[in-house]
This record gives sequence, structure tokens and C-alpha cells, in this order.
Amino acid sequence: MAALSRETIANGVLALLLLVVPLLAAASGETFYITLATRIVILALAALGLNIALGLGGLVSFGHAAFFGLGGYVAGILATHAFNGEALLFGLPATTSMPVIWLVAVLLCGLVALPIGAISLRTSGVYFIMITLAFAQMIYYFAVSWPDYGGEDGLSLYVRNTFPGVNTAQPLPYFLICLAVLAAAACLFWLLRGSRFGAALEAARQNTTRLSAVGIAPFRIKLVAFVISAMVTGLAGALFADLNRFVSPSMLSWQMSGELIVLIILGGKGRLFGPIAGAMVYVLFEYALGGITERWQFFLGLVLLGVVLFARGGLLGLVAGRARHG
Amino acid sequence: MSLLSLKGVESFYGASQALFGVDLSVEDGEVVALMGRNGMGKTTTISSILGMVKPRGGSINFAGKEIVGQQPHRIAQQGIGLVPEGRRCFPNLTVEENLLVAARGSDWTLARVTELFPRLGERLGQYANTLSGGEQQMLAIGRALMTNPRLLILDEATEGLAPVIRQDIWAALRKLKAAGQSILVVDKTLSELLPVADRCFVLEKGVTVFEGKPDALTAELQDRYLGV
Repeated sequence: MAALSRETIANGVLALLLLVVPLLAAASGETFYITLATRIVILALAALGLNIALGLGGLVSFGHAAFFGLGGYVAGILATHAFNGEALLFGLPATTSMPVIWLVAVLLCGLVALPIGAISLRTSGVYFIMITLAFAQMIYYFAVSWPDYGGEDGLSLYVRNTFPGVNTAQPLPYFLICLAVLAAAACLFWLLRGSRFGAALEAARQNTTRLSAVGIAPFRIKLVAFVISAMVTGLAGALFADLNRFVSPSMLSWQMSGELIVLIILGGKGRLFGPIAGAMVYVLFEYALGGITERWQFFLGLVLLGVVLFARGGLLGLVAGRARHG
Repeated sequence: MSLLSLKGVESFYGASQALFGVDLSVEDGEVVALMGRNGMGKTTTISSILGMVKPRGGSINFAGKEIVGQQPHRIAQQGIGLVPEGRRCFPNLTVEENLLVAARGSDWTLARVTELFPRLGERLGQYANTLSGGEQQMLAIGRALMTNPRLLILDEATEGLAPVIRQDIWAALRKLKAAGQSILVVDKTLSELLPVADRCFVLEKGVTVFEGKPDALTAELQDRYLGV
């Protein structure tokens, strides 16, 4: 058998931890830890989405909270309508079925990301960061000022949405659903990175002129990556809403966008398990230090500073050495 | 009709004019040498053909179509493969990925490129930035060939390479010529370039000053236009 690379081993350990710890927690009846693990999984999924644009394509989107929040509001709005027995626009029936909600969330985020990407990708660098932020803030203020769905107070889901054949109200089954979605998204990321599209995307990050000299339009490659990235993050948003049974504009806020970027940088940019490692550290910090001091983010900031200064490949880079795709 | 023909092309970098009327043509299956001292407009001519510098005057016709003003990727798609000056591979991709990204059409495949450059075949999984200069040059040529170009353009393909590697590259170009590939080549080593070329163009201060067979480029003309 060929020797496994250190990154593969590190990934294996992370995956095992993510599966085994909640099972142990379930066996010992500590459901709180399952919820904590579910939070890790969902944040990792959201960051994994962003990692497609940021890690592979070098597109530093500071507006991915828009898609995270949109996904959340899709879940919240569909469920609220279904609960009240009201139809949606054009008399379409609402639903509490997760697969349908996911589909709507993913499609909606794709549709919204298309014009946002098409406009934002005409810029680059700091302008790209600012314009994606501007779009996200537009959606944020729209949500704040729309009283029908709670406005600033947010929107509560009365019960968790349903998944065929699974009792989602229990923490463990819901965790397993989220984990399966994360695994599927990780497969998608891995396939994308290994494909010709992935190579073209990394080439576009490196040098767009060279890419057009071989007859590939960099704009289109980046736009497709941006849209796929938004769709994955939107799916995470829908799951997040169901986890908390609550959606509020804070999911759309720029702090959320920043959080997603922090997760990626902590874990390792462009790495398959980077967002997962990042989300683990983030949520554990929040839990462990959050109990001691309100200012736990100060200490997270120190860790982030350490990573940026001394471990440019993120925590996974620290364990596994330089990224395969530098 | 010519595969590529430039007539009176004028290009600018901002306010300063670099090309004052370049005429150039490449026929099907022909190897054309573009020569001139440093700063005379060879690379600007190539950038103008590819649309990376937008010409403000003149016309560029490729395979019967006017291509001035089109976007670079559109021009490349119509069948121009560029081997840029200074090699310029994608350093963060492997040799194989560098080649596969460019793949278009069916004639040139990974197998054929590695047959032409066996060194690339041995290094498929290696990152482009870990290759030697000569290997990067081979990769840049291979990448251009993977687009199955009707016209291959090489800008200073042998600059700064060891003599042994230069011979490998020239041998590969001779093979391509024998197979009927149209090539436009910029190079400074006349002793290696002239035997391969069918026709030559010489640029001076952004204007075409000589056009003809390599043997018409006498020692006197060489001294006048190309001597340093």
C-alpha cells in the first residue's frame, strides 16, 4: 500500500473525530455535544462553499453571509407558511420537507449569485471584496426592514423541518443528516479541484492573461465557481436555520461573512478539510472560552494572528506541510 | 490567402506608440521568423495579434476573419497557440494539469505531447515551478500545442537556455514543421533560426523594414538591422 500523505492522515483523524465524538455523546446522553458538533458541521459546510471561490479561485468574497442568510430565510419562510397553512407567491404550496427546502435554497442562491458575481467579477482585489460586501449589506438591510418575516427580531421555526424517514427533532439523526450533506459537499469540492475546471480555476487565480492565451475565458470560469460556491453556502444556511429553529438578519451580517473567511484561514485555504478544521477550532473556542469570558474572540484573534504569521497554510498546513496547490 | 496577415498595424502603450505600421504574413504550413533588435516591437506585435494589446490602426486577419478588437480568449479559440516570452507556465499546477487545462480539439493529446517531449512525460505529477527552465519551455510549447492551434507563435523560445536544451527545442520545432504546422517564431540566435525559417520579417522602430527569404538577408542587412 502506498504511504498516505500527512494531510490524508490528518483528514482521516478529523473525519473520525467528527463522527465518533457525537456517537459517544449520544451513547452517554450528552445531547448538548451533539448540537455543538452539528454546529461545527454546518459552519464547515458554509466555509467549504466559500473555499471553492476563495481557496481555489482566489476570489475573496466578503459577502457570502448573504447566501448563508438567504438559505436560512428560505427554510424559515417556507416552514412558517406551511405551519400557518398559507400559500406562497403565485399560490405555490409551502413545505416543511427538508429536501424541497434545500433545493429551493440552493436554486435561489444560485440565481442571486449569478448577477452579484457577474457584476463583482468585473473588479478584482480590494474592490471585489468591497462590492461583494456591499451586495450582502443590501440584502441584510432589506431583511432588517421587512416586517412580514420578523425584521430585526428574526423569525422562529415552530418545529424542525422534516426529512423522509428520519426523526429530525432528535439531535443525533439531525447531526447525521448534516454530516452526510457535508460529506457530499466535500466530494463535490474534491471532484471540482481534480477536474479540468478546477485546474482552469486555479490557473485563473494565478494569471488570467495566460489563461485567455490558451483560449479559456477567465470570467466565465470564475463566475461558475462563484455561483457553485454560493449554492453550497446557501445550503448550509438552510441547515443552520433548522439547527437553531431561528433565522435572523445576523446570519446575513458582515460579521458572518468575516467568520466564514476566518474559518478558512484558520483551517487552511484551498484544502479539502481546511474549513472543517477551522470550524472545529472556532466552535470549540467559542464553547470553551465563551464560558469563561465574554471576550473569547480576543483570544481567537490571537490564534488567527499566530496562524497568519507562522502557519500560512492554516492549522492543516502546520500538521501536513505545504499545500499541494500552493 | 494567408493564414495570418497584418497590414499597417499600429499599437500604443498608453500615450506612447510602439508599432507604427507592421506588415506581416504567414501562409499555411510555413515557418516565419520575426526579427529585430530589442525594443523594436516584436513582442508588441505578438501581443497585438493575440488581442492583449488592442491595435488602434491597421488590420489583422486570421483564417479569413478580422480579429482586431476581439477578446484574447476568442482569438486563441480560433486557432492561435502562444508560447509566451519567459515561459510563463501556471506554476501552481502540475505538468499534467498545465497541459489538460489547455486541451482543445483532438489532434494533439497528452500522449503526443509527451512523445514529442519525453522529459514532460517523466514529470507529469510535478509542479511547473519545480521544473528547470528548459523543461518549463517544453511545457509552454506543449501547452500551446494542446490547443491544437492552426498557428503556433513562439516568443523567444530558446532565450536563456543551455545549448543542449536549445537543440532539443529546435529539433522539436523542425519535427512540427515537417508535420505541416504553421509557426511564427521570434528568436535572436540567427544561426539557429534562419535554417528553419521559410521567410523572414525584420522590424525596426515598430515598422516592417525587410521581408524575404532567409538567404536574401545578407550579412550587410543583418549588420544593419540586427547587429549590436
